[in-house]
Amino acid sequence: MAKHLTPGRIVLYAALLLMAIYYLLPLYVMLSTSVKTLDDIRGGNLIALPQSITLDAWSKAWSSACTGVECGGMKGFFWNSVKMAVPSVLISTLIGAVNGYVVSMWRFRGSDVLFTLLLVGCFIPFQVVLLPMARLLGELGIANTTSGLILVHVIYGLAFTTLFFRNFFVTIPDELVKAARIDGAGFWTIFLRILLPISGPIFMVCVIWQFTQIWNDFLFGVVFAAGESQPITVALNNLVNTSTGVKEYNVDMAAAIIAALPTLFVYMVAGRYFVRGLTAGAVKG
Amino acid sequence: MSTPQSQASLSALADRWLPKLVLSPTLLISLVFVYGFIAWTGWLSLTESRLLPQMDFAGLVQYQALFENDRWWTAVANLGIFGGLFIGCTLAVGLFLAVLLDQKIRAEGTLRTIYLYPMALSFIVTGTAWKWMLNPDMGLQKVINDWGFPDFTFDWLVDPDKAIYTVVIAGVWQSSGFVMALFLAGLRGIDDSIIKAAQVDGASLPVIYWRIIIPSLRPVFFSVLLILSHIAIKSFDLVMALTGGGPGTASDVPAIFMYQFAFTRGQLGLGAASAMMMLMTIVAVLVPLMYMETRSAKRG
Repeated sequence: MAKHLTPGRIVLYAALLLMAIYYLLPLYVMLSTSVKTLDDIRGGNLIALPQSITLDAWSKAWSSACTGVECGGMKGFFWNSVKMAVPSVLISTLIGAVNGYVVSMWRFRGSDVLFTLLLVGCFIPFQVVLLPMARLLGELGIANTTSGLILVHVIYGLAFTTLFFRNFFVTIPDELVKAARIDGAGFWTIFLRILLPISGPIFMVCVIWQFTQIWNDFLFGVVFAAGESQPITVALNNLVNTSTGVKEYNVDMAAAIIAALPTLFVYMVAGRYFVRGLTAGAVKG
Repeated sequence: MSTPQSQASLSALADRWLPKLVLSPTLLISLVFVYGFIAWTGWLSLTESRLLPQMDFAGLVQYQALFENDRWWTAVANLGIFGGLFIGCTLAVGLFLAVLLDQKIRAEGTLRTIYLYPMALSFIVTGTAWKWMLNPDMGLQKVINDWGFPDFTFDWLVDPDKAIYTVVIAGVWQSSGFVMALFLAGLRGIDDSIIKAAQVDGASLPVIYWRIIIPSLRPVFFSVLLILSHIAIKSFDLVMALTGGGPGTASDVPAIFMYQFAFTRGQLGLGAASAMMMLMTIVAVLVPLMYMETRSAKRG
């Protein structure tokens, strides 16, 4: 194909550039609004550059903005999300790794059926489990706690993590495992010594996928956590929809960016794993 | 006990049981928390439960109440509008971008990164950003006004008839890059020699895409449809952040209906019935799609 700048190519690049602007516009608007003063926001317009840059809205969003009755900013809720996401991601990924190992390398009679039954968990709308789950968490005494949320995220993440690892392990030649078994290696030895060392990429994919899902979750957060233990997505929604006093759009935008930073950061540094996770989660093997 | 043979047979025995043992907790969890909970919700939807769950069978009263509830039908209609437009537009934009990016573009990596980053965001963040941009007083409307079109109005966010369309705008923005990535992966898997052969035969590039390449992406279409309809039926966060279901209940969707009746209005039975309807919708949409997907994958 010709690579010179023909008129066709110019139109092509113009279209691509225009789309890039479309995708970047909301990010730009969030960023520029967050460093504007309220006067600047009211006087200027959405896409105008800020007249002066101030970080007041950022510090307010972090430490003193009101989300409902409380006025401690996003700070506490940010750490709630960290405390919720890190254990949920680690536990669900580790269990998923072992499960995936079993359903790919140690298939037994009926294991394919069981795997399929497990996969259904990827597809159900979580609304059908909310009511019994709320009741169970209440009876366990962990309603409205971060531990409760961790439990929920681990349980409903297992189907996905198992799927990820299973799809990775089935691509590994059987001979590798067979040879190890003839040499006397057992279930755990094969897993720890042979498979784990080559599983780095799939761990990245799975951890990133789970982290993005759990950090960005709103449904479980809003139903199972109230008040002090709510995750940042719920706090952000409360902040934005609190309708008392003057609406501070710059604070809203700063808070939105704070809520988005961890997943955006992961996307920036490990984007290719992120994409692989999306496609792996999507195109089932 | 410690002879080599007995150790070997012991470990062989362990290897026979360990896999099942290791898998069983997850299976048990799935059995209780997926299947059991669905059954629990299903049963609840057949009772007269209101604020507290009660377990006496009451037939289909909740479904009857649901079908007589105007708000439910608003939510269903909105899901239809949103689902149709969201899936259609996301598919079109994603495919368009993938085809453009497939033309041996410079800086492809950078562009891909830009197109895909919204997928890393929470729907709550997306909703917050678009809510600000679509703000009728100070948002995009004012930008256009300042550019010399003072009569331009864009107040869909607060217009009961149009609010659901703003959800489509934000949803397409968030998900189209993802669809682009899926199609691009599909395009990269197509053998170059087919295209070259068609070119030798004198077919133009658009014709090649329309007649040869896009039809060969059938399996990708099915996956994309599967994912997008799943996102659409479950959509909750984006609507909550963008319109909150408002103005009034104008942009309600089933997921919001379920949340409000089950958790803020204390109508457990009705909430459970609406959740079961969502499950049935997903099954009704996904099962045929998955069936077609496996069939087309086998043929392809």
